[in-house]
Amino acid sequence: MEIKSMHFKANASATLANVVLQGNLKNAKGKFVTKRAEAIKDLDDFEGTRDAATAIRNKVIDNLDLWLECFERKALDTGAKVLWAKDGAEVCRLVTEIARSHGVKKVTKSKSMLSEEAGLNQALEAAGIQPVETDLGEYILQVDNNEPPSHIIAPAVHKSLDDVADLFHKVHGTPRKTEIPALTREAREVLRGHFLSAEMGLSGGNFLVAETGSVALVTNEGNGRMVTTMPKVHVVITGIEKVIPTLEDLSTLMRILPRSATGQSISNYFSILTGVKKPEEHDGPEHLYFILVDSGRADVVGTDFHAMLRCIRCGACMNHCPVYQTIGGHAYGWVYPGPMGSVLTPLYAGMENSIDLPHAATLCNQCGIVCPVSIPLPDLLRKLREKQTERGLRPITERIGLRVWAWVAQRPKLYALGASLGVRYLKWLAGDTDRIRLLPTAPEWTLGRDFPAPQGKTFRALYAARQKRKGAK
Amino acid sequence: MPRVRVGLFVTCLVDLMRPRIGFATLKLLESAGCEVIVPDTQTCCGQPAWNSGDAPGAMALAKKTIAEFEGFEYVVVPSGSCGEHIRIEYPRLFADESDWRARATALASRTYELTDFLATVLKVDSVPGDHEGTVTYHDSCSGLRGLGVKEQPRSLLAKMKGVSLKEMNGCEECCGFGGTFSIKFGEVSAAIAERKCDNVHASGAQAVVGGDLGCLLNIEGKLRRMGDDNTRVLHIAEVLAGDA
Repeated sequence: MEIKSMHFKANASATLANVVLQGNLKNAKGKFVTKRAEAIKDLDDFEGTRDAATAIRNKVIDNLDLWLECFERKALDTGAKVLWAKDGAEVCRLVTEIARSHGVKKVTKSKSMLSEEAGLNQALEAAGIQPVETDLGEYILQVDNNEPPSHIIAPAVHKSLDDVADLFHKVHGTPRKTEIPALTREAREVLRGHFLSAEMGLSGGNFLVAETGSVALVTNEGNGRMVTTMPKVHVVITGIEKVIPTLEDLSTLMRILPRSATGQSISNYFSILTGVKKPEEHDGPEHLYFILVDSGRADVVGTDFHAMLRCIRCGACMNHCPVYQTIGGHAYGWVYPGPMGSVLTPLYAGMENSIDLPHAATLCNQCGIVCPVSIPLPDLLRKLREKQTERGLRPITERIGLRVWAWVAQRPKLYALGASLGVRYLKWLAGDTDRIRLLPTAPEWTLGRDFPAPQGKTFRALYAARQKRKGAK
Repeated sequence: MPRVRVGLFVTCLVDLMRPRIGFATLKLLESAGCEVIVPDTQTCCGQPAWNSGDAPGAMALAKKTIAEFEGFEYVVVPSGSCGEHIRIEYPRLFADESDWRARATALASRTYELTDFLATVLKVDSVPGDHEGTVTYHDSCSGLRGLGVKEQPRSLLAKMKGVSLKEMNGCEECCGFGGTFSIKFGEVSAAIAERKCDNVHASGAQAVVGGDLGCLLNIEGKLRRMGDDNTRVLHIAEVLAGDA
């Protein structure tokens, strides 16, 4: 996917100015947060489960090559083919080749963020193969001019019921419906034909189980099953970090993934798919391909950002992020929004392309607290800021400003002088009032709020005077 | 019982913007029987440098602060944010310098956010001040999620007869300040603050109280821009000291 993260700030402003979108974001905000809070209560020991999930993910990413080899061996045993892709371009090439080799004209897709990373739909279309998104949210976006997703599990969360009603009326040419069940039914009716006619199904993978060579899929609409069992060919595209050791580990992770993501104790559908259709079986694909994608992941192993590879893509961090809640996902400018996106985008799509993202967080640590695999997201964002500074990627004025400030702060007398001048300046700006309406030294502050006036003198000056009076007594 | 010797870390923001919070803190500590010393060479704990990606600057300021404060039995900070930086981040700053890491760890274990110190360490029975009115409490992020400051300020407020606490929705949500975030992404920051202010208003409280001046300046600035000249914005120290 084309990266637009360099325009974060402008995108964020535009989002704030969009009244309809602001309404939609407000509606979506509470739901995820409340539902998750309720759902984790049914675990007797949420923290214990979280620690166990963290340990499982650590075990994998600390020996990623080993677990991948285990998975590959088992998957081959089940009759699947395992292919490795270095980057998005290779994903597109491999999928296109597979499709061509089976004479595929149409591909049904269940949700895959990696296909977004790779820009797969465009590549398939260019090769004359029709991709059909079947996750309701993804379908809505596809028929709306291929709009990119704004959330990793609820891709169309930025749209309101009215938006979808208008859209379906326009693209389906049907009478405008206003009830969710009616709209869903309409999408089902359109998709049914595609499910029946597609020669190939394409899915992501929530987890790859090394013990059995299986892929585990968590979905809520049943489309995942249609995509993975009806066509003769099933292609799984997933990142190399998604492997886990055993089915037992899967059950631990499944206790925490749907709860963290949608606040469900279990998703409506949960599939563990293993191998190709056997002669005695009625359903399932005759050909199963795993495309395991690197796209920057291997480079993260063993770095300061290693912990990020634990991510199980639940979206809890963005759901709880005050910044994401305020501007939505599109402003982040690439596939992954919110705190996890602000770490992943610089790592996978280039630090120089996403200068703002590590700074686009208040470091409130709400994300770190809710992360089901304990990724210290604020620490990683801070570390990225440090890397930016080291590589000289921050604006020169900021770098000099910080340097001068830190230099002065190490010299108490100079600092005291600076502070008293600063206070006088602020006091002068405020005049007779208790507030400053335009702060020339930090104009961003006063764009949307006032800056309270300082009390008058610094603490150090007042305290010194008090001590002097005390001494005189 | 010998008096507890406390070093007061005023914080750069209190020094600059609201000295009265520093004096209220002094009053609270002294009335609880502490001997309070205010090292006059203190400046900033270095958190802005650390959060901006300037590790060398952050380390230099941490070393300075450690040297100034390591002689005290306790260090008290009227801020969850600076308190968290000293308590949690200081030891982590010196991964490669074991002598400084040891000194940082020692200081960290004796450093407390003000209400945490009063409620958990001193276990005060009463507070010196009085305050009349309804208040709502904003839990600042670093204090709450970094240091576990949640019940401490509430238990202290509960000791004040005239104070009635009206909890707001989302009291644990970030106000949007975020240090330099507030001046890098001013519009987003102010939009987050607006949600906080809406919650403050919905609580119906006469004053919003918090333990971090950064958050309070943000909330006050947004309330005033929204045309609210009445809701008071107070630091917990001012309320407890009866200075508000």
